[in-house]
Amino acid sequence: MSLFHDVTNKPWDQVGLPDGIDPKPVFRASSASVALTIFLGVVSVVFSLLLVSYYIRMQLGDWVPVALPDLLWTNTGVLVLSSVFMQLAVTRNRHEEQTQFAKGAGLLFLLGGLLAVAFIAGQYMAWTELVAAGQGVRANPSNAFFYLLTGVHALHLIGGLWVWSRAEIRISQGVPASDIHLSIKLCTVYWHFLLLIWVGLFVLLSYT
Amino acid sequence: MAYVPLADQDDAHALHDPHSFVTKYIWSQDHKVIAIQYGGTAIFVGLVALGLSILMRLQIGFPDTVSFLEPSFYYQAVTMHGMIMVIYLLTALFLGGFGNYLVPLMCGTRDMVFPFLNMLSFWFYLLSVIILLSSFFVTGGPTGAGWTLYAPQSISHGTPGHDTGILLMLISLVVFIIAFTMGGLNYVTTILQARTRGMTLMRLPLSIWGIFVATVLGLFAFPALLVSAIMLGFDLVLGTSFFMPAMMQLGEQGSHDGGSPILFQHLFWFFGHPEVYIVALPAFGLVSDVIATHSRKNIFGYRMMVWAIVAIGGLSFMVWAHHMYVSGMNPYFGFFFATTTLIIAVPTALKVYNWVLTLWQGNLRLNTPLLFAIGFIFTFVHGGLTGLFLGNVIVDVPLSDTYFVVAHFHMVMGVSPVLVLFAAIYHWYPKVTGRMYNEMLGKVHFWCTFLGTYAIYLPMHYLGFLGMPRRYFEMGANTDFVPATAQALNANITLAAIFVAVAQILFFVNVFWSLRNGEKAPGNPWGATTLEWQTPDTPPKHGNWGPELPAVYRWAYDYSVPGQKEDFIPQNEPGEEFEKTHHTKGATS
Repeated sequence: MSLFHDVTNKPWDQVGLPDGIDPKPVFRASSASVALTIFLGVVSVVFSLLLVSYYIRMQLGDWVPVALPDLLWTNTGVLVLSSVFMQLAVTRNRHEEQTQFAKGAGLLFLLGGLLAVAFIAGQYMAWTELVAAGQGVRANPSNAFFYLLTGVHALHLIGGLWVWSRAEIRISQGVPASDIHLSIKLCTVYWHFLLLIWVGLFVLLSYT
Repeated sequence: MAYVPLADQDDAHALHDPHSFVTKYIWSQDHKVIAIQYGGTAIFVGLVALGLSILMRLQIGFPDTVSFLEPSFYYQAVTMHGMIMVIYLLTALFLGGFGNYLVPLMCGTRDMVFPFLNMLSFWFYLLSVIILLSSFFVTGGPTGAGWTLYAPQSISHGTPGHDTGILLMLISLVVFIIAFTMGGLNYVTTILQARTRGMTLMRLPLSIWGIFVATVLGLFAFPALLVSAIMLGFDLVLGTSFFMPAMMQLGEQGSHDGGSPILFQHLFWFFGHPEVYIVALPAFGLVSDVIATHSRKNIFGYRMMVWAIVAIGGLSFMVWAHHMYVSGMNPYFGFFFATTTLIIAVPTALKVYNWVLTLWQGNLRLNTPLLFAIGFIFTFVHGGLTGLFLGNVIVDVPLSDTYFVVAHFHMVMGVSPVLVLFAAIYHWYPKVTGRMYNEMLGKVHFWCTFLGTYAIYLPMHYLGFLGMPRRYFEMGANTDFVPATAQALNANITLAAIFVAVAQILFFVNVFWSLRNGEKAPGNPWGATTLEWQTPDTPPKHGNWGPELPAVYRWAYDYSVPGQKEDFIPQNEPGEEFEKTHHTKGATS
């Protein structure tokens, strides 16, 4: 409970440099991973609020569950693969020297990102399929929520792809691998997080 | 990856001094320049909002003589005044301005941990301001739905700016939230991870605690506004029915059906109430440092002050529905929110006591910053007490939507934070510019502002008791119950408002005149203990600290320590342990 200790000691009693590692960050992690963790918290709040709204709106009487296109199963598979490839890139790098990439790690990372692009394209196709079936955004509040939730999720993934593309550019510029390992790792964490959100949304949309 | 503490990494890297004008002052990644960019933009847009409030007051004070204002413009002015003041001025100036300036300096770092993101944050903020102001120039003008943007009114016919104006407002808010998130991640991560050697959490000045907790609140409260803005945008542009019920518009059945306006209110206030504390907590922090410094005393009950800030932050997420007592809710629900609202008064009152006890028997230097800080205590207690009235359902219901509410929230979250802003600007002016401001002008500015705001808002409480409704363009047949004499009071309030607005010229004259002609400021003119006053250069250069980062040996409030030559000991002064009675294992000197 060092954080508890930190915020309960009497600072006026203490002169000098305290023990322990110094400077003393609250978390023993890089700033980027701390910031990412906080950001995941923020994104969780966004989706939680959307889900609360979903739940409240659902009970207002005019709710007709939307018939989900089968394509979503394929998309889910693509997103799972994307996450798996990302994870493989990280796992391979773990056993490597800090200065270079493991064999195939760069390729796995690239494929992971491309699969995420494919997922977004797939989501778009699912949208057009629904619209063609007369299930546009105005057909029912459940439809509106379907487009809203999938859209917000896709936007977050696009944000992730922006970071991913910056890492890819740095790889192609020959930036030392040690500077990119962290980017790959954090992208992967974000990818898993968005996969989790998507699976949650998919279950929710399927059953309500 | 091997773990390297951040401040060490900083030392290892060579400092990249920006050379060209553009990288130094425009595309700058230096937190101090970004702070000034944020501050300048916020104050500019705040002046727009001030101008709007004067136009509103002219209409209310002299409805028969002032004929150039349309009712629709009045509503647009009300809306834009509120939104600009709360979000684009106060939030941006406290966190974007003071947060940016003070966090790295008070924590003893060279810059924010993500300087590029920080720069991006400002440019997104500027973009959001431009989008917001551009709504004045589109057909239909800006939205006139009130700053709460309640659906269905905000996107229905009859409300000014119900199509383009509201859309621009929503887009601007979304962009602002993106900007805030980028900045907020920076402040939080810098405070958590990048403090210099010896700067434990409990050695942080209260300014940093206030900014820190406010930023956390912002990060977790703004998503509610984001979600409601996006969903309202859907209802507006795509014709969905998240919030929109079935309605007749222009004699026809509208296309919306079944949405819940109450849902919008819940989402909005789940953001809206923490927003009050996003503005108040940095003000609490800054004013604590100003009071301690200028009364030459350690802040009374430092730990309580920290815990109170954290407690207020936590509680602020549990009171939102007290804004919705008249929207219709389960009585038990109202009881719950009335209770939490009263509970939040406990840590808040604790802070007020501690400020007063810090002043008590202090060696007060009644200069401009301290005057503003003491003025803040008055207005804040005043606004806080009326908050207790309104927090109770049974008192709120008759007072709801009257000028009593207007007086309450202007006192507690309008005037109070603004007085702190003035205190803070005068207090840190010598550090930011390297010049002293004019003390005489500052004091005149204080007395005009302080007494003037009382002349504005004190009578408003009375108008509220009379039942004068807020947001009305003019009193008419439906407001017969308001006695005609209220008009005389309103005229006086308007005169006071014009007086206060004009008095702000003193502030700007002071700021700009002193920039060139002020006395050269020493590095630490107030004899303050915190790190930002110990920089090798004033104003601090890029990188803040010269070749070596400061080390911190003591807490932020060693003022008037007995047996010392000076009445302050800077945080970075090693010193002996002699004045301390308790033995601590942490001490190494």
